[in-house]
This record gives sequence, structure tokens and C-alpha cells, in this order.
Amino acid sequence: MQSKPKVRFRGSEAANGLLMISPTAIYAILLLAAPLAMIFAYSFMTDGYLKIIPHFQLCNYIGECHSYKDVNGVMTESQTYKGVWSDPLALTLMWRSLLISMVVTAVTVLLAFPVAYYVSFYVAPSKKSLWLFLITIPFWTSYLIRVFLWKVILGTGGPINFGLLELGLIQEPITWLLYNVNSVVITLAHAYAPFAILPIFVSLEKIDRSFLEAGRDLGESPFMTFWRVTLPLAMPGVISSVLIVFIPTIGDYVTPSLVGGPEGKMVANLVELNYKKLDNYPLGSALAVSSMALVMAVSLLFLFLNRRFLRGNKR
Amino acid sequence: MKGGWFRGYTIFYLIFLYAPIILLPIFAFNNATTIAFPLNGFTTAWFGKLWDDPALHHALKNSLIIGCSAAVISTCLGIFASRASSRYTFPFKTPLMGLIMLPLVMPDIILAVALLTVLLGIGMPLSLFTVILGHVLVCTPFSIAILSAAFQSLDQSLEEAAYDLGETPVSAFRLVILPLVLPGIISSLLITFTISLDEFIMAFFLAGNENTLPVYIFGQFRFPQNVPVILALGTILVCLSIALLATAEYFRRRGLAKTGGKDTGGFL
Repeated sequence: MQSKPKVRFRGSEAANGLLMISPTAIYAILLLAAPLAMIFAYSFMTDGYLKIIPHFQLCNYIGECHSYKDVNGVMTESQTYKGVWSDPLALTLMWRSLLISMVVTAVTVLLAFPVAYYVSFYVAPSKKSLWLFLITIPFWTSYLIRVFLWKVILGTGGPINFGLLELGLIQEPITWLLYNVNSVVITLAHAYAPFAILPIFVSLEKIDRSFLEAGRDLGESPFMTFWRVTLPLAMPGVISSVLIVFIPTIGDYVTPSLVGGPEGKMVANLVELNYKKLDNYPLGSALAVSSMALVMAVSLLFLFLNRRFLRGNKR
Repeated sequence: MKGGWFRGYTIFYLIFLYAPIILLPIFAFNNATTIAFPLNGFTTAWFGKLWDDPALHHALKNSLIIGCSAAVISTCLGIFASRASSRYTFPFKTPLMGLIMLPLVMPDIILAVALLTVLLGIGMPLSLFTVILGHVLVCTPFSIAILSAAFQSLDQSLEEAAYDLGETPVSAFRLVILPLVLPGIISSLLITFTISLDEFIMAFFLAGNENTLPVYIFGQFRFPQNVPVILALGTILVCLSIALLATAEYFRRRGLAKTGGKDTGGFL
């Protein structure tokens, strides 16, 4: 005999839903949640040669740490390194990455807003998806080659320098365009443009156009209607654009490697160095966890500052 | 002209977006080893060199294997998740969907090192298979984004009608729901394949001694004399991606028209 509640659960909507989502959910738990938990755990462990010693310590974050090596069966100290928050290099790269992603986010979202506004308010409804398709195409095509071409565009033999030289506006090629923070910002702003446009577009599409007419009828100027009606209603989209650009940008590896030069390197380059070349997983993990914590803190602060725009969201 | 300023700005913005893609063929057909202006003359030699590079062919084969596997697996996982989230309400729905969609915003490098840590921790050797595991993780959220639109625009009364006419849940899915969401599924397969073909970070960390196309391309950037060949390769890849995306967009729109859904535009 089967117990009744079990039968009811088996056929119920909740059970069906859970069963249906289980393959994807199990995949995400095993290959996403567990790995993330694991690097969090690793960041508190001790670095051995080609293995991790499960000995709890905080020095990967702060203070001085030792790597160990197996010498005739005895673990001996081999190297000394500084924890993330005590290492000037790691701190420089983290603050620089944070700064770069904030600037990139601001630039990308500000430049993207008018584009989303144009497509939502001025393009005929039948043409909208064509415009969006045109905007998204560059995003899907060979990321590496696009970044490399920015190196060409900003370089001494690129179209900008060539054009200015031909016009006689400059005598020498400009060298400050490439291999610094500027070039990283330009390239990332280009790479994440569609990510910024689409959420803003979606929230602009949701705005009831009669609100705008009401604003105008009540005597507001077009600018004031935009400022007091359109923009507040579009803020949820702007907020998701900001987060969807800001969070991945801080961990970008390709752009700083190709166009950053020595003064444009970011935290991902150091993570890669620790994982691939130095084989120091605990320090690499501590670096990854620290930069993610930094991003989360800034994102939460941003959400908190904009909480009034999100309040009406759940209606 | 309505929205004249905005129109001008948007066109200017599109030029900024397309600048690298416009320059790509210009340099791929330019008869010079240095990638710089002024141009030297027309040549197709760089494309010819693509034929006699065994390392490139091997990387291409790997990328195709990974791309097809990742597209099929992530689309299957995407079907389950988007069907569950649009049809049922169940406990832990929001946190589970949040977790599944997380790779959309997580920096790829964090996902890659986390996976690498676990795989080495359980002693699994790095291979094409481990890259597929990583790519499925990255592709599934995109698949869900595409398929959710298809599933959400489904009219549930169609399914109920099938039940009333004596179909089982499985046959109702096969005969009624599947044909309606099929265009979305094809669109998802094409998009996830394109993403996998282009994905670099996961492959860079998880491929071990194997090469995928982006890993090969990244390696070649260190040798300036090989760059024109890479740009020729890039030209072909960009054309291929655009063709795949245009086909995907065609199917996505057809699917929406079929189910009578509203076109909100875009894949995301």
C-alpha cells in the first residue's frame, strides 16, 4: 500500500516541475555550484607541489603564506608569497580592474541608451527585430579577432593614425591610444554594447505610450516628460544593463592581454598566471573569490542606491 | 524626419560596432605581412595558406566536435529548464533558475578555474570532453533565453485539448508541443553552436594539450608573420557566424509566428 501524501506529491505540479528541471538543475549544481564552492574552500587551503594540502589558513587573503614541496616524503616549505590583500601587485590589479569595469559600464550604458531609445520609439514595429539583429551580430562573431582588430585600429599603422597623418593633423603617429587603460576601456565598451542595449530596449518597450501623452497634455516639456516619466520607467532596464556589463567585465582576460600592455593588465591575467604557470591554486582561488566579492559589494551598493526604481517591479 | 538626431547617432553607433568587422576582410585580402595602412595590393594568398596547415585543421575538427556536442546537450538541458519554468510552479524555482542562468553574468574565467579545480580534484584528465562540459555550462542559459520565449507563447489549452482527445503527456508533447517549439529548438542549436565555436576562455583552461580554433588563433597572435592568415580565417568564421545567426533568427521568428507570440526582438 502506498501512503497517500506520496501519491499526491508524485502527480502534483510541484513534483512534475522539479522532475522536469532536474537534469538541468543537477548539471548546474554539479558543474557550477559545487566548483564555485570548491574554489571558495581552496582559497583557505595550503599550496603543495601539484596538490592541495587541506590545512585551513587565512594567509592566501592576508599576510604571508608558504608553498610546500614533498622532499623525500616530508613536506617542506619551498616558497613564500603574499596573500591577496597584502600583495601590492594583486591590490593594484584588483582596483584597476574595478575602475576599468566601472568606467566601461558607465560609457557603455550611456552610449547604448539613445540607441535603445531610437529603436524602441522611432523604428516601425515591423523593423525592430531587424535593427536588434544588426546590433547583436557583432557580439556573436569571433571575439578574439574583434579584440585583435581593435589593436590594429588603435595602433600606429591603424586607420585613425593613418587618417590623421594623411590629413596633416599630426606629424607623428599617436602612441597613447594603445597598450594602456584607454584601449582596454574602448575595446570592452565595444564588446559589451549589445548586452547594454537589449535590457534597456526591453524596458522601454514595456512603457505604456499613453503615459507620455498624459505628461505632454499636462504641460510638461518633451525633456521633462523624458526625465520624469520615461527615464524612471526605464530604470529597471538600465539597472540590469549596468549589472550585466559590470560583472563580467571585471574578469575579462582577452582584452587586457591583447590591447592592455603592461599598464592595462587586469585581475584575470593574474588569476591565469597563478593557475596555469605558477600552479598556486589557493592563491588563484583567493584572488578569484576576492574580486568576485568586490564586484558583489559594488553591485549590491548600486542596487541599494537605486532601490526606489525597483520597488514597483513586482506588480 | 522623426527622430532625426537619434537616427544619425544610431547609425554612427552601428559604424562603431561594425568597425572591426569591416576592417577584417580589408586586411585579409591585403598583400602585406604587416597589418597596417597604407594597403599594398590585392591577394588571396592568405586564404590559400589555410589549406596547408595541419594544426589548424586539427583545431577545426576539435572545435566542430565540441560545438556539435555542446549545442545538442545544452539545447536538451535548455528544453527541460524552459519547459519547467514556463509550465510549472514548484519549490526552489527562483534559486534553481538563478543558478542555471548564472553563467550569463559570471566572468568566464571564474567558471573556468572553478571547473578546472574540480576536474583536477576528481582526477579527470583534461580533454575535448572537459571542454564540452564547460561549454554546455556557458551555452545553456542562452538556450533557455531563446526557448523560454517559444514555450511561454504556447497556448496551454492546446495541450489540454490533446489530453481530452486521449493523448498521453508524452504523445501530447511529441504531437502538439514539439512541432510548435521546433523552430525555437533549431534556433537554439544554431546559436549555441556559434557560441561554442567562438568560446575561448573555457577551452584555454580545460582543453589540456588539445587545441580548439580560438585557442589556436590566440596562440598565432604571438607570431606577427602568421597574423594575415588568421585574419583570412577570421573572415571565413565571421561569414559563417553571420550565416548561422541569420538562419537562427529566421527560425526564431517563424516559431513566434507559429505560436502567435509577440516578437520582443533579439535573442536575449
